Amino acid sequence: MKKVIMIIVEMITVVICLCYLFPIYIVLVNSFKNRQELYENMLALPQKFSFDYFTKAMSKMNFTRAFTNSFIVTVVSIAIIIVLASMTAWMFVRMNNQFSKFMFMVFVATMIIPFQTIMMPLMQVMGWARDTLHLPMLNTLGGLIYMNVGFGASMAVFLFHGFIKSIPISLEEAATIDGCNKFKVFWKIVFPILKPTTATVIILDVIWIWNDYLLPSLVLSGKELRTIPLSTASFFGQFTIEWNLAMSGLMLTIIPVIVFYLAAQKYIVKGVAAGAVKQ
Amino acid sequence: MKKIRDKAWYALFVSPLIFVFTTVVIIPFIIGIGYSFISWDGMPLNEKTFVGFDNYIRLFVDKRFMTSAGHTVLFTIFAVLLINVLGLFFALLVTSKLKARNAVRTMLFMPYLIGGLILGYIWKFIFTDVFKSIGELTGWTKVFFSWLLDPQYALAAMIVVTTWQMAGYIMIIYINGIQAMPEDIIEAGKVDGAGFWQTLFRIKFPLIMPSFTISLFLTLSNCFKIFDVNFSLTGGGPNNATEMMAMNIYNEIFSLSNYGYGQAKAIIFFIAVAIITLIQVSITKKREVEM
Repeated sequence: MKKVIMIIVEMITVVICLCYLFPIYIVLVNSFKNRQELYENMLALPQKFSFDYFTKAMSKMNFTRAFTNSFIVTVVSIAIIIVLASMTAWMFVRMNNQFSKFMFMVFVATMIIPFQTIMMPLMQVMGWARDTLHLPMLNTLGGLIYMNVGFGASMAVFLFHGFIKSIPISLEEAATIDGCNKFKVFWKIVFPILKPTTATVIILDVIWIWNDYLLPSLVLSGKELRTIPLSTASFFGQFTIEWNLAMSGLMLTIIPVIVFYLAAQKYIVKGVAAGAVKQ
Repeated sequence: MKKIRDKAWYALFVSPLIFVFTTVVIIPFIIGIGYSFISWDGMPLNEKTFVGFDNYIRLFVDKRFMTSAGHTVLFTIFAVLLINVLGLFFALLVTSKLKARNAVRTMLFMPYLIGGLILGYIWKFIFTDVFKSIGELTGWTKVFFSWLLDPQYALAAMIVVTTWQMAGYIMIIYINGIQAMPEDIIEAGKVDGAGFWQTLFRIKFPLIMPSFTISLFLTLSNCFKIFDVNFSLTGGGPNNATEMMAMNIYNEIFSLSNYGYGQAKAIIFFIAVAIITLIQVSITKKREVEM
């Protein structure tokens, strides 16, 4: 009896999962079809697997360019966030003076500000920096990276701060007696211990920066600078009627995410859970 | 001497991030409050006139803004309920003794990584063309028609897509809560003769209350601030029937060029989000004392 129930539950689960992935199935099968075949039956498998529409969508979306831009922005932003936030959090914990306490509170408190509240004044500030100080803050990948670092700072500092508090100080003291300066103590001793938190921050920031649409859409106006979400959005603005081509385009944007997910699944699930619980 | 050197190291370590953070978050936030008291069309050469609290008074009688606030609340309530019920159900499936549990977890979590914008476009195709063709094939045209053309169904479509995206994410949090449950308490319950439902409602649910609070408020603030899915799936349409607050602010500033007025809305939006978050913090704190 129990075995029969288990088999039924198992079957229901499989059915739920298949239903859950139905939209991705729709994208996949229709990305191989031509326009006429798509409208004949959207649920059927394609009659032949031609990659023509992929190459066409690739060139229309300027996919390789967009992928490179997204990759640069994601990797560089996260590298800077990790380096600066871990150093800041370490100092906040180890030199816990009034200023540290105050700034840490400010970092945590600003986490609740929704992006819509600062997007317009932020563009004014960056416009001013460009016009008055001649800094290339708008319409450059560097400007976008700078702003990503600002927006990612709070959560990274918060996560590192929580972890560093639990590390005993004795190791660092020993290293200081041995003649290490603060820089060496941090990079040789503390930073390697922070690995689990570093992994969490990387995962959460990859999901956020790779998929971010609104901030890049405000900062970047040049065609050549588009990230993947931006090129997808402009692609849809122009070709909404050509659904078969649009499906190939969407499949292209999903593939890197799936590859990343399958490669780093263990870390992603752990990182997302750790990040959520601490927020 | 040592003190000065320590202070120099301190400044060297913390000042870069504090500088970036201040210029990107703090300064825009403060001058944003200033912008909410002026009337301006965004053109640098056009003048900015101080209008006091006029912008704030105006937005409370702005029908489009108030409707979007109402839709946001409605959307948030339904989406939060659905996401949590499904997320918990998935978590219970994945932590059972199923053979396929790891594969199931992998599949259910996938949509969360794809991102709201892309998901919105995928579902736009499904709700318009695929639904229409299913309707024609089966004859069930009452359910399968182009959902995005009907105001109520378009709002339902928003809820479906958001649920589809977030349920797997919330599942991960519930899984963590379930796995942290002490086995011996459940065993003790079974020895005392508790059945499946009794174990579920009397032992398991109370034990995962902390994950429940986290999930509830994560979904609450995420749904309340929704923009990407809104932008790509419905674009606010038909006839602004699905325009959420975040999108209303975006349109007011960047489409209608009411920079001052739009910023006043953005400040009200911030206050609403802050209230939700503060309630969350106070509830979580209380619970921690009890545990």
